[in-house]
Amino acid sequence: MDRTQLLLGLAVALFSLGLLGVIVRRNVLVMLMCMELMLNGVNLSLVTFAQQTATTVGAMLVFLIFVVATAEIALAIPIVLLLVRDKRTLDLDAYSDLKG
Amino acid sequence: MIETMLQSLDALLLLLFGLGALVGAVLMIVARQPMRVAVALISTMFFLGGIYGLLGVHFIAAFQILIYVGAVMVFMVYVIMLLEVRESAGLRYSKLLLPGLVGFGLLLGVIIIAIWRALPSPVGKLGESAYGIAKFSATFLNDYWLHFELTSVLLVAAVVAAMAVIKVSRRARHG
Repeated sequence: MDRTQLLLGLAVALFSLGLLGVIVRRNVLVMLMCMELMLNGVNLSLVTFAQQTATTVGAMLVFLIFVVATAEIALAIPIVLLLVRDKRTLDLDAYSDLKG
Repeated sequence: MIETMLQSLDALLLLLFGLGALVGAVLMIVARQPMRVAVALISTMFFLGGIYGLLGVHFIAAFQILIYVGAVMVFMVYVIMLLEVRESAGLRYSKLLLPGLVGFGLLLGVIIIAIWRALPSPVGKLGESAYGIAKFSATFLNDYWLHFELTSVLLVAAVVAAMAVIKVSRRARHG
């Protein structure tokens, strides 16, 4: 099996495991961490493709993803803190009144 | 002789790091306590950093450790310790467990088959066409300077938004 295929398979596995975590877990913080896992899978695939085509665009995109992930966490954590202060729990079912 | 030994060592390390990352990701889904999930994610990120190092993109490996483990995950662990909401004996998984698993299997299967079938032959060999940080930085600041500036705008917007979130909640609490 080719190394590129191995790495891309790993990237897909990480991405879909993260997606599975976002769907099935109930804890809000765990869901946030699973989103980070999805971003990591995308990063791995970008690096692999950048190596395969010998360009720097992939590495550039990885840097932009780093920045976006940091901004996402910086915004998501205060929201989670506020939700927990309001409901005293991390369980997602307690927030179902956010549906409106 | 030594060349082939080093190459096989490279492949072995790549396989080991990949396996470690995969095990960490599975542990993230299975573990109950958020702190254990965080530790599993940190180990996955370390293994991914090792993979980047093996592929020859050392600066991305360094930034993976510095930004993800050093900033994002430390922040996350800090919040977990700060909240300290004990998980009651409640359920670990939501009622979407079955559809989630089915979707996971379908997604994984379809993309793995797609990867297996049609992958264009590589231009450069993996791990050999390593470009250093000098070439990367020159490309980054010559061709992608607008994107670079836009990320700074994004970061400023995120900081302002986080402060606004805190401020709105404080105002709501005080009436």
